[in-house]
Amino acid sequence: MNAATLFGLCGAALVGIGLYGLITNPEPLRKILAFNLLGGGVFLLFGVIARRAAVAGLGGDPVPQAMVITAIVVAFAATAMAIALVQRLGDETGRASISSDSSGTGDGEEKS
Amino acid sequence: MSIASVFDVALVALILAIGASTILVRKAFAAVVMFVVYGLLLSIAWVRLHAVDVALTEAAIGGGMTGLLLLGAVARSRSVNVGGPWIGRPARLATCALCALVVAGLAIAMLHPPEVIPTLAPTVMESLPQSGLGNPVAGVLFVFRALDTLLEKVVLLLALLGVWSLAPDRAWGGMPGLHVYARSDPTLIFLAQLLPPVGIVFGIYMCWVGAKDPGGAFQGGTVLAAMWLLVIVAGLQKAPAIGRLWLRGLLVAGPVLFLAIGLAGWVFADAFLAYPAGYAKPLIVAVEAALTLSIAVALGMLAAGPPERAQQQ
Amino acid sequence: MSLVMDILTICAVSAGALFFLAGTVGLLRFPDTLTRLHALTKVDNLGLGLIVLGLLPQTSSLLAVKLVIVWLLVQLSGAVVTQLIAGAVRQHGADG
Repeated sequence: MNAATLFGLCGAALVGIGLYGLITNPEPLRKILAFNLLGGGVFLLFGVIARRAAVAGLGGDPVPQAMVITAIVVAFAATAMAIALVQRLGDETGRASISSDSSGTGDGEEKS
Repeated sequence: MSIASVFDVALVALILAIGASTILVRKAFAAVVMFVVYGLLLSIAWVRLHAVDVALTEAAIGGGMTGLLLLGAVARSRSVNVGGPWIGRPARLATCALCALVVAGLAIAMLHPPEVIPTLAPTVMESLPQSGLGNPVAGVLFVFRALDTLLEKVVLLLALLGVWSLAPDRAWGGMPGLHVYARSDPTLIFLAQLLPPVGIVFGIYMCWVGAKDPGGAFQGGTVLAAMWLLVIVAGLQKAPAIGRLWLRGLLVAGPVLFLAIGLAGWVFADAFLAYPAGYAKPLIVAVEAALTLSIAVALGMLAAGPPERAQQQ
Repeated sequence: MSLVMDILTICAVSAGALFFLAGTVGLLRFPDTLTRLHALTKVDNLGLGLIVLGLLPQTSSLLAVKLVIVWLLVQLSGAVVTQLIAGAVRQHGADG
């Protein structure tokens, strides 16, 4: 197994870890964190695809690399927006959780 | 097994362990610290994948700026009643199965690459000399996919508008709340006086060198933004009120210049965002310089958050 | 000449790595925040310093300047962060 495949598997596992945190953790801030973790995994997959497409004189295909740079900046912008929304929600309601008033997780509320 | 592959295996194990503990650790503060470490480790992985431009961006924005943003959010949410119900055990097991399925699908896709791997690298290298740039990633960002880069700047501005619009009515046009957790400390003030001159030179250097080597407007802009935030956090200077004209002017300067040059391309080079032959490099450098300033201001204001108090005259 | 330089590089980088190892063990094993900080500063100053020193003979002059600047910046940030953490510990206790 070469290095690119190893990092590809790492990226795949990171997507799984991030997805798990995104679904299970009720705190919005931790959800944002998990989503960023998931994003890091997806970017890594892009990096592996770029690395495999390398030609002589280049470390990788520059097109996916440039797309990842754009994606990192956009992910930061989205994170800033999400955090501002969560904080306003906290200021308005005094709570830092969005799950207890949605009907979808009512089951979990009874069990815990 | 060579030393390099031992290093790679150890790095991957470390990234996965840190990533998992980011999710599993109880305290939000510890999770954010883990996330910053995760960002830095990921940037080493990018170096191992021979993508130094991405590594710089990941370290600066993915680790540093996002970490700052999240740390600020954790510090502010401490007073709020944190914690809702975790989902029950069956649901958690189902989630585990779903995530394992996703991982397996992605892993299979990674283990079985197509016979002929599609690549645009030869096309990029063929056309790169026309732009006068030496860094193929910068070439893709500013020549071949310039529309993406332009729209990305617009996304940054839209996100900033979104953050600002979350301000309470009384604070509109006022100052961001970054001062809330700024505690003036002589050591921090010392750093905020010593580091910014070095950081500003470094940020400009990164932007300049981006035409030829890894670096560029994003990375340079992030360093400038970090220096600005350091000065604000140390309490040497207040965050500017968002109603200030110079602030808004700086924010739009980069995208407006980019758009103007893009529109001029219609007249002088027959296509939107095309550069007239022979003038490509100076135009790109001008756009990059303006964008670096705009990115620095936009990132700084995004990290500073929505305005919280009315402007004091 | 280059053999001497290579030996210098190997010795200095190995010594630096040893400091990193010792500092990490200290970080994990020392009982409280202040002693852990003490272990970390050794890594920042000596460990990285020795590694940079070892790499200097292998690079061109411009790159060597950059390496030294990196070391100085890490020292500065390390010293300041150590001060800040120690100050916070003194004000709020080890948990704050």
